[in-house]
Amino acid sequence: MSLLEVKKVSRFFGGITAVKDVSFEITKGEILGLIGPNGAGKTTVFNVVNGFYPPSRGEVFFKGERISGLKPHQICQRGLARTFQVVKPLQRMSVLDNVVASAFLRAKDRKEADTIAADVLNFTALYDDRNVISKGLPLGKRKRLEIARALATQPDLLLLDESFAGLNPSELDESIQIIRNIKKRGITIMIIEHHMKVIMSISDRIVVLNYGEKIAEGSPLEIGKNPLVVEAYLGEAQSA
Amino acid sequence: MKRYITYIVLGLLALLPLLGLNSYLMHILILVIMWSVIGMAWNLLSGYCGQVSFGHAAFFGVGAYTAGMLYSKLGISGWWGFPASVFVVAVFALGIGYICLRLRGPYFALATLSMGVIFRIVAENLVGVTGGDLGIMIRERTWIDKTWYFYIILIVAAATYYLVRKVIESKLGYYFVAIREDQDAAESLGINTTKYKTIALILSAVITGFAGVFYTNYMGYIDPKVVFALHDISIITIMVVMVGGVATYWGPVVGAIIMVLLAEAIRSIPKLGTAHHTLFGVLLIVIIIFLPNGIVGDFSKLKRLFGMRRPAP
Amino acid sequence: MSSVNLEVLLQTLISGVLLGGLYALIALGMTIIMGVMKIINLAHGELMMVGMYIAFVLFSWLHIDPYLSVFIAAPALFVLGVGLQKFLINPVMKVDAILPENQVILTVGIGMVLANLATIIFQSDYRQTPVSYATKAWYLTDLWKGAPLELSLSFPWSVSFTIAVLITACLWFFLAKTDTGKSIRATAQDLDAALLMGVNVERMRVITFGLGSALVGAAGCLFIPIYYIYPDIGGQFTLISFVITILGGLGSTVGAILGGLILGLFESLTATYIGMGWAPVGRFMIFVAVLIFIPGGVASLLRSRKFGK
Ligand SMILES: Nc1ncnc2c1ncn2[C@@H]1O[C@H](COP(=O)(O)OP(=O)(O)O)[C@@H](O)[C@H]1O
Ligand SMILES: [Mg+2]
Repeated sequence: MSLLEVKKVSRFFGGITAVKDVSFEITKGEILGLIGPNGAGKTTVFNVVNGFYPPSRGEVFFKGERISGLKPHQICQRGLARTFQVVKPLQRMSVLDNVVASAFLRAKDRKEADTIAADVLNFTALYDDRNVISKGLPLGKRKRLEIARALATQPDLLLLDESFAGLNPSELDESIQIIRNIKKRGITIMIIEHHMKVIMSISDRIVVLNYGEKIAEGSPLEIGKNPLVVEAYLGEAQSA
Repeated sequence: MKRYITYIVLGLLALLPLLGLNSYLMHILILVIMWSVIGMAWNLLSGYCGQVSFGHAAFFGVGAYTAGMLYSKLGISGWWGFPASVFVVAVFALGIGYICLRLRGPYFALATLSMGVIFRIVAENLVGVTGGDLGIMIRERTWIDKTWYFYIILIVAAATYYLVRKVIESKLGYYFVAIREDQDAAESLGINTTKYKTIALILSAVITGFAGVFYTNYMGYIDPKVVFALHDISIITIMVVMVGGVATYWGPVVGAIIMVLLAEAIRSIPKLGTAHHTLFGVLLIVIIIFLPNGIVGDFSKLKRLFGMRRPAP
Repeated sequence: MSSVNLEVLLQTLISGVLLGGLYALIALGMTIIMGVMKIINLAHGELMMVGMYIAFVLFSWLHIDPYLSVFIAAPALFVLGVGLQKFLINPVMKVDAILPENQVILTVGIGMVLANLATIIFQSDYRQTPVSYATKAWYLTDLWKGAPLELSLSFPWSVSFTIAVLITACLWFFLAKTDTGKSIRATAQDLDAALLMGVNVERMRVITFGLGSALVGAAGCLFIPIYYIYPDIGGQFTLISFVITILGGLGSTVGAILGGLILGLFESLTATYIGMGWAPVGRFMIFVAVLIFIPGGVASLLRSRKFGK
């Protein structure tokens, strides 16, 4: 059974059509890549799925339940967590407190929240930085903190929005390993990523957006050969 | 040592009346403690949860009028205001929260400010209910001596301090600060921001209402201009915390000491009396520019300024 | 409806529109500051009070007509606004504080100081400016002998209203047609984009704060012939402009004008049909109703018509 179903979702902002009639499904246990040029509407898809914006049209189902129209916190409680492309750490709180705050969603007391947080911080290799105020964290670690926080809510589906952007090569390797480990824990992942090599190597399946519309869907191999996709990316490379 | 400081301070305060302080000094002490309570209450909502209220006079006034009207309408002791105000203030806070909490940041601040003014105007105009501009006078004062008033407000303050600490160190506190730091992030981490902001508002309002109940019983007279005052209640509340230290446990206490002493000092010099808003305004401006997190919050900055500690490497 | 009732209603509507035009001017100043700076200036009414006292002093000492004082008060307030923004507000926008509302609280401090200084200088008495035309009015029956109704139009109210409309038109021209005006609008719409386009945002903030202050200072002069003054009058007008900005839709200039008119009409109606003391309550009832039922203000209604959503 599919974990998430996005059915003919559109989202308009004033006169702009950010997402148009997009449908796809995510199966439990897989890693689904979402790619597309800048402004293609990828982040907007996340925002609709996560409840930040209600869809202008269409519906979203999670574990068979219709979640479109629910608030983000209700959707998170149902087991769907996300990270933000533009990181949003709780600036004046330490790394540990950031994660503890999220862990309280499932923990019944402070002690349990601490245990969850410690586990997640170890898992994301942030434990040594736990007492750093998150405002002072370098970008690479702030991106990882986003992941750690989302994990602390113990989700079944994790949406990652460009978690690798701006990382140096060694951080990149570390983060890829973390994503693989998350999958091993049985968490389903949907990931937006620009880095083609990365997305091709970790995704089980890929959905491609261009100008708000889905133009292709398939295995990394199929997507790599799809002329529409190649054109969309070449087009971007030329205009850039 | 640090762990016991609260108990030591509390113990010393409790012993103070034994020194046989004169009535004026007791009055100052009582005011300081009362403003500490209001400051701690405001800090919970605004300092920790980030929802800056410019209208705490609404809650103070509703508390004060709950006590006053129990006396004037039902003929029972104003002290019953303590239990009664919990419900009355909470209901008003729910209403204000429903209207104002849909706004964010400075817009919330101004909406609460308007609420404070609405409450004053309504209290002035609903003469049949509140007695209007004439106010309410409590004729039979409970005690002449100030000692018992002192102990009552001290107990309220100690309970408030304990509550704030417990709340801030619990899940609730984490959620409050998360909401202050980033409401969108908090929401997407599963925090029902509306619910927790409402909880912060109600806690803060009820405690402020307690201060109002105490005020009625202690002063023996209230009217809408005094208890719903914008400058002399709502803005002073903000100043107490801004001066002392936003989102610190002791900030409101330090702020209350400074503000009450300052107000008394200004009042005692007739020439300065008329300029007291100018002095407060200038103090507010100076604090915001140089010590934006207050004396307790920016203590390390202060120490550096006065050469007590070398700058951190 | 009897003709007397109709007369009262029409007269009330006329007063409402006249008042609304002046309200709109006051709220416009707050709106442009809100748009560019994203802060609420709680000293707004106090700045108006300063404008009023300038007109009052000029009239009492030099017998300068309050309408001419606009040309003195507005520049003076512009300078004051620029100074406040440069030396107080701008530094605070840069310091790192737990509460970003520090800037709003700062403007409270500024307002307190201004109001208090006025009290020290002028005492807290209510004062009026006895202009010769204070009670002059036009009557419908003078213009149209056989008119079935009698309506009057106060001379000073009409002049104040007309000047307010003229100033609003100038502001519109400035924002729409001049380079500085366009940069201000760009800053208000999208700060990052404005920075990318090379707009000197800091300078725009300073100009905007000066402009907003000048507008409300001018409004102060226009109120002088028809109102009285006292040092604490500012707070009331700060609240009025805030209510209007909420009513109009935060930061929308068209919304502010409509909001001003709506509030003027509404207050005029409450004053006539319910009682003078309740006019402020009416003001806040509108405010609460807008927050609950149309959180985006009048501007959001206009927008949703345009895009058909
Ligand atoms: N809140 C919003 N208001 C207006 N336009 C928006 C908003 N969010 C996104 N958009 C627009 O929608 C389009 C898609 O943006 P986005 O989803 O962020 O793209 P991507 O993440 O693929 O780069 C862009 O044109 C963007 O300007
Ligand atoms: Mg994006």
